[in-house]
Parts: sequence; C-alpha cells; structure tokens
Amino acid sequence: MKSKLFVATTAFALTASTAFASTLVYCSEGSPEGFDPALFTAGTTFDASSHPVYNRLVEFETGTTNVIPGLAESYEASDDGMEYTFHLRKGVKFHSSDNFTPSRDFNADDVIFSFERQQKEDHPYNKVSGGTWEYFQGMGMGDLVKSIEKIDDHTVKFVLSKPEAPFVANMAMDFASILSAEYGDAMIAAGTPEMMNTAPVGTGPFSFVAYQKDAVIRYKANAEYWKAPADIDNLIFAITPDASVRYQKLKAGECHVMPYPNPADIDAIKVEDGIVMMEQEGLNVGYLAYNTTVAPFDNPKVRKALNMAIDKQAIIDVVFQGSGEIAKNPIPPTMWGYNDAIVDDKYDPAAAKAALEAEGVSGLDMKIWAMPVQRPYNPNARRMAELLQSDFAKVGVNVEIVSYEWGEYLSRSKDLNRDGAVLLGWTGDNGDPDNFLAVLLGCEGREASNRAQWCHQPFEDAIQKAKVITDQGERAKLYEEAQTIFKDQAPWATIAHSVVYMPMSEKVKGYKVHPLGSHIFYGVSVE
Amino acid sequence: MFRYLLARLATFLPTFIGVTLISFMFIRVLPGDPIIVMAGERGISEERYQELVVKLGYDKPVLAQYWDYLGGVVQGDLGTSFVTKKPVWDEFFALFPATLELSICAMIFAMALGLPAGVIAAVNRGKFFDRALMSSALIGYSMPIFWWALLLIIVFSGNLGWTPVSGRIDLLYYFDDVTGFMLIDSVLSGQEGAFKSAARHLILPTIVLGTIPLAVIARQTRSAMLEVLGEDYIRTARAKGMSPARINGVHALRNALIPVVTVIGLSVGTLLAGAILTETIFSWPGIGKWMVDSIFRRDYPVVQGGLLMIAVIVMIVNLTVDVLYGVINPKIRKR
Repeated sequence: MKSKLFVATTAFALTASTAFASTLVYCSEGSPEGFDPALFTAGTTFDASSHPVYNRLVEFETGTTNVIPGLAESYEASDDGMEYTFHLRKGVKFHSSDNFTPSRDFNADDVIFSFERQQKEDHPYNKVSGGTWEYFQGMGMGDLVKSIEKIDDHTVKFVLSKPEAPFVANMAMDFASILSAEYGDAMIAAGTPEMMNTAPVGTGPFSFVAYQKDAVIRYKANAEYWKAPADIDNLIFAITPDASVRYQKLKAGECHVMPYPNPADIDAIKVEDGIVMMEQEGLNVGYLAYNTTVAPFDNPKVRKALNMAIDKQAIIDVVFQGSGEIAKNPIPPTMWGYNDAIVDDKYDPAAAKAALEAEGVSGLDMKIWAMPVQRPYNPNARRMAELLQSDFAKVGVNVEIVSYEWGEYLSRSKDLNRDGAVLLGWTGDNGDPDNFLAVLLGCEGREASNRAQWCHQPFEDAIQKAKVITDQGERAKLYEEAQTIFKDQAPWATIAHSVVYMPMSEKVKGYKVHPLGSHIFYGVSVE
Repeated sequence: MFRYLLARLATFLPTFIGVTLISFMFIRVLPGDPIIVMAGERGISEERYQELVVKLGYDKPVLAQYWDYLGGVVQGDLGTSFVTKKPVWDEFFALFPATLELSICAMIFAMALGLPAGVIAAVNRGKFFDRALMSSALIGYSMPIFWWALLLIIVFSGNLGWTPVSGRIDLLYYFDDVTGFMLIDSVLSGQEGAFKSAARHLILPTIVLGTIPLAVIARQTRSAMLEVLGEDYIRTARAKGMSPARINGVHALRNALIPVVTVIGLSVGTLLAGAILTETIFSWPGIGKWMVDSIFRRDYPVVQGGLLMIAVIVMIVNLTVDVLYGVINPKIRKR
C-alpha cells in the first residue's frame, strides 16, 4: 500500500466540460493481462498496450490489413527472400515517465532488444515476468529468424532460415512491438525488470499514465509523437465486462465508444439517438471441419453433398442474429487474395440426398462437435449444431451432438482418428492468407490446427509456392487457385464470417473499424 | 473467555490445511489443461507443451506440487498468476479492498433495513405489514442478481439518470490508492465532489448485493422474535406493565439476536459469492470477477490462492461470530 498520497489533479481533475472536450472514454470489455504485448496473446491486452503505447517496424494501416511503414521508413528483401533489411526512422522519441527519462532516440539497439529477449534464452529479459513469448513462438519466429544484425544505428538486417513471404506481415503484429533497450537496462539496474510490463514505455501516440486493476487505464497524448500528436489529450479505458452495462454507459454519456454489443441489442442501438453504429466484416471464419481421413468423409463428394444440405442463411439469422455473413471461402472477404469468383454450394436438400445416395451413403450416423465457448466466429455453437442436426436429418443423416470442456475440446479435436465433424473457427493474426490457409489446411497442420486432417497435394503445392514469393500480386493468384481447390474438395463446410459492430457517440469522429479486431484511437477526435 | 477462544482457535488449523488441500485439488480435478486453454485455437506443439509443463512445474508429482504450494503459503507466497505473471498475493490485496468496501456497505444496508423489518413483522404478526414485508423478503431472496442489477441500472441510471451506471468513481477524479477504500481515499484526496461521486457509485451495487442478506435477516429476525415473544418472561414483563417498545426493543430483541448473528455471519460467505455477479455487472474491480476469470483460464495459482484467502476470511468472520455469541449470551462461553 502506498503511503504517499499522489494526487494528479493537473491531468484529470478538471471540470467536466473541459476534461471531456479532449478526453475519449472507451468502455473496454476486459482487463489487460499486462502491458508488454509480447508476453500475451489476448486482443484486449493488445488494445491497451501495443496500439496506444507502442509502434512496430511496419504496421497495419488502420481499417485495412495493408502493411505500411512504421518505425522503419522502408525495408527491402534480398532476391532469395532470406534477408530483410529495415531502414529505421530517425528522431523518434520514447515516452518519459516517473521512473525513466530517455537519453537517446530510438535506434537499432531497441529493435534487437525487442526480439532477442523473445528468442534467446540467455537474454536478461527472457525469463522476466514469466515470459513464454507465445505469439513469437506460435508464429514460428524462433526457428525462422536465424539472426538479427545491426548494420548501423539506423539499419537492421533480419536473416531468415528459409524464405517466408508472410514475415513482413508478422513484423506488424503486436508481439513485434518495439520496446526501449535503454529502459530495459535502467529497470534491470533498479532491480525492477517487471516494470517493463507494468509501467510501459514506448514510442506510440499515447503514453501510459496509470492502471487501476480491473477498473480504469489512463493514457495521455504523446506530444512528441513522430507522426502528428493525437487529436485527443487523454484516453481512458473504463473496463466494463458486461455488454448490457456498456450499452447503458454509452447511452448515459459515461463513455464514447464500446466494443462487442449484445447481438440482441444491435437493432435497438442502431436507432438510438446520438449513437452511431459502425460495422465491418471481421477477419475470421467459422467452419465445420469433417475428418477427411475417416470414411465416408474421406470422399469429397460426400462432403460436398453434406455442404449442400446446410441452410447457412438460417444459421446467420438464428445463431448470429444477423451479425454475420455467409462464408463461401476459408478466408474472409476483407483479405487480399480472396476469390470472389467462387460460387457457394447451393442449399438444396433434395440434391444433397441424391448425391449421398449416389455415393452409396444412406442411414449415416455422425457426430458434430459443438464448442463450449462463445467466439465471434461462432456465438452459439450448440445452437449451430442443433440447426446442422436438423438440416442433416432432412437428407437422412443422423447427428449426435457432443461437447467437451474447452481445453479438452481443443486437444481431442486434433486427433487424427477423431470421430465426427468439428465446429471451430479462426481469427486472423496478420491479414496474410497464409495465416488461414497454411495454418488451418496445410499438411503440416494435421493433428494440430488442421482439424479436417486434410492434406491435398495440389492445394499444398499452391500455398507452399505462395509462401516463398515476395510479389503480392503473384501470391494472390496462387491463393485464389488454392481456394478453388478447397471449394472443390470441401474439407470444411465454411459457415460464416462475423460482422463486427462498434457503437459510439455521434461526437466521435474519425474512428475506423479495424479488420484485425484491434481498437485504435489514434486519429480519432471528440467534438 | 480465554479458554473458549482457544478452543475455537484449535479448530482453525485443521480447517486451514483442509482448505489448502481442497483449493489445490479443486482446480486440478476440473477438466482442461491451462496450457492448452492459453494456446486456444492456435494450438501448441508437443515440444513446446513439454517445455511449458516443466517451466510451470507440472512435471512434478501432484503431491510434490502440493507440498511446494503449502511451503509457499506458510511463507506468505501464494504463487504467481499464469496470466498476468504477477504475485497472487499482490493481486488479491489490490482488489480485496473494493470487495470489502462493497460487502460492508451491503451488510450495513441489509442490517439497517432487515432488523427493523423483522421486528415490525413479528410484532404485527399476521397483519398487513407482516404479510407485505415477508412477501417482499421472499421476492428479494428469489430475485436473480443479474436481472435485478440490470433492472436497477436501466431504471435509475438509464431512464432517471439518478445514479451512475457502473464503476467506483467518476473518471474525472484520479488519485492513487491509499487505503483501497474509495470512500476514504476520496476524502483523503481532497478533491471536491470526489466523496459524493464515490458514494453515488456505491448505491446500486450495495442494494443489489445487500438484497439477499436483507431478505434472510428480515425473515430470521421475525421468526426469532416470534419465538422469544412467546416466552414466559415476556408475558411477565407485559403483566408488569412495561412499555411495548421496551419489551420488544430490549428484552425480546437481545435474545432474538443470537440466531440472527449466526445468519449475519453466514451471510459473509453469501456476500462474497454474490459479489461475483454484482462486481461483473457494475464493473466493480474486486476479487469476485478476478476469481471467475481465473477459473475459466485455469489460472491454478490464482484460483487456489484466491479460494484460500476467501476461506480464511470466512473462517475469521465465523470465529468473530462465535466470540460475539459469548458477548451476547454469557451462558454460551461457560459451556
């Protein structure tokens, strides 16, 4: 408990009118796990850390998945795709705080520090705050990055162990946020290395002020931000876990922006005076993965027939209550490389039944696995499974619905001999089609994230080829081809992409819904 | 009195060890592996999984893990949260004052209304007041907390605008914690209007959390009063011409209080359980929500540490209640 009463009256205890004139209050849905993005994996944590406080070498343009320059002004890849050289921006300042005043600008040492702490076990920060560096490891960066070399103070070269085109998009992800090496040294010297996680110092548009656990996070605009300073002076996250309460707070003017409204409230919010509802398709997909190694699901014609038996519109209406879109491809339409020419399987129970009979399938019994948790790509898996059960019954297929505790569900569904089709989904990490197609449908993903246990050589060839080419146009063509193969082979029934809704006060200007699910307040103003 | 206290304390140690064992085993018998849950849809390679198992100490036999845990507990170390990577002890004490403040307010609210309501109902047995109060108590007891809270928010915050929707204080006020009790810290901050804002934020959560204990206390007071009012010494007091107010307020109520105090003591457990929902709805940064989140994330150290701390608090409250019996009724401490 602190003995000294610290009253920060200057920053926040202003009169209501002046404080709210330049303060944006965001009713966030949960508490951040911490403020060092590389340590964690939750979007709620990234909203509170990597977006306001930090920058990355390259960044996703807000509102799109395009990769644009960040702390690196430019980069180039070697012809063999094995080396990426980043040219760093000069004159970028780190934030000052009560514990730290930077003595120098951002440079190559900060880049090396930010990555080596995640990669090298003998790095002084590798074990700090129980670091397991899940995203860095999960994206395979540990094996991919062979070395990071400082060419000079403003040039850094990443040497890879193999060519990997999605590397640049990976560098825009939250775990790749750049921290201050000087702050790291200072905190080690002070014996408080965990402050890197609890009192973050970055180069981002807002500097961290304070966090009252599970209640409020406060930031102030970084006046020295290397782009133009933010349009708002203060940013406050009012942590409000219940969606109905967030809506009431928005109505009462206690916050300006809220994420994740209740689907049942969406119609009411849309007609509410003074509230604007923004929406965009999320970068996700919800699917039903057959086990393609088990008969009769090893037959693409059987899978295709079952897909024709699914009334997807009914699922959108009932399960998503309108806050979803029918998915015809395994990647969402907001992603580059999306093949819009593909025609979805037509809902036709009679044709489906005939197709099943033609393949000698009758009186089929199968299991459908329903997730026990709610996800944006599937808000109610049990209900979805019941609708599928009813659809399949119409074509003579008897469905038994099974479910397990979430951890068990994730483990057991990976089994190569799994009995039944699994409802699951995916939210994109970096806007690269490889992050969907290779992770979820590539041969290497079998018995892991490839729940269909599907390994189809023509598809595999296309995605592997796309992985090593750096030209995005050529890659897009290969991914389009891969989607055609996918549709023909039907390892999944693609069901839906959720629609992300963001209700906000009409006083908020300039907000963009970000397809990667992040909530970003740089560039936003309050009238 | 000293021997009485000692006898009560002697039961403390085995209960404490039992609680450590139960809290340790409870989370481990639940299906679900914390590493798999943490990895989510992305999954984790077998090699990486084994690395983490060793890192988190799960490669050891369960008994050895328990022994390590118990050793830590004795030294005041409840472990480190998997999720936030912070010591459980620090997290608990950062959040507990908020829960305690709300629970105390809810209990004061429940007693301030429940005791008089029970007495009035007993004195007016079978009359309109009695029926109305007891029906209200039954409704209060049966009301789902979630629904009750949202109803109050929609009416008093949304429609009438009398109370804030959620939180502990208006966001305009910002000061560091001194005691963790917002009512006290707001006064210490010296900021004009801060105390009023903190008090206004307490109104709805206090009502919601206090409703069930209020109903229980009212019903218990009524039945205890009715029992006492039928005793011979009350009839004697009436026969001697003592005023009804003195009979009810002094002679009857004091003797009726013993079962009521028991109920109040037991309500502490109910309050902490009710706090889970109340805190979630009112965005109240206390231990209830922290525990629920941790159970879903299979954050073993937080669940076992949090359960242990809550159990110790309930044990201390019950011990206090036992001592209070002795104060209210000297006959008990001589037994």
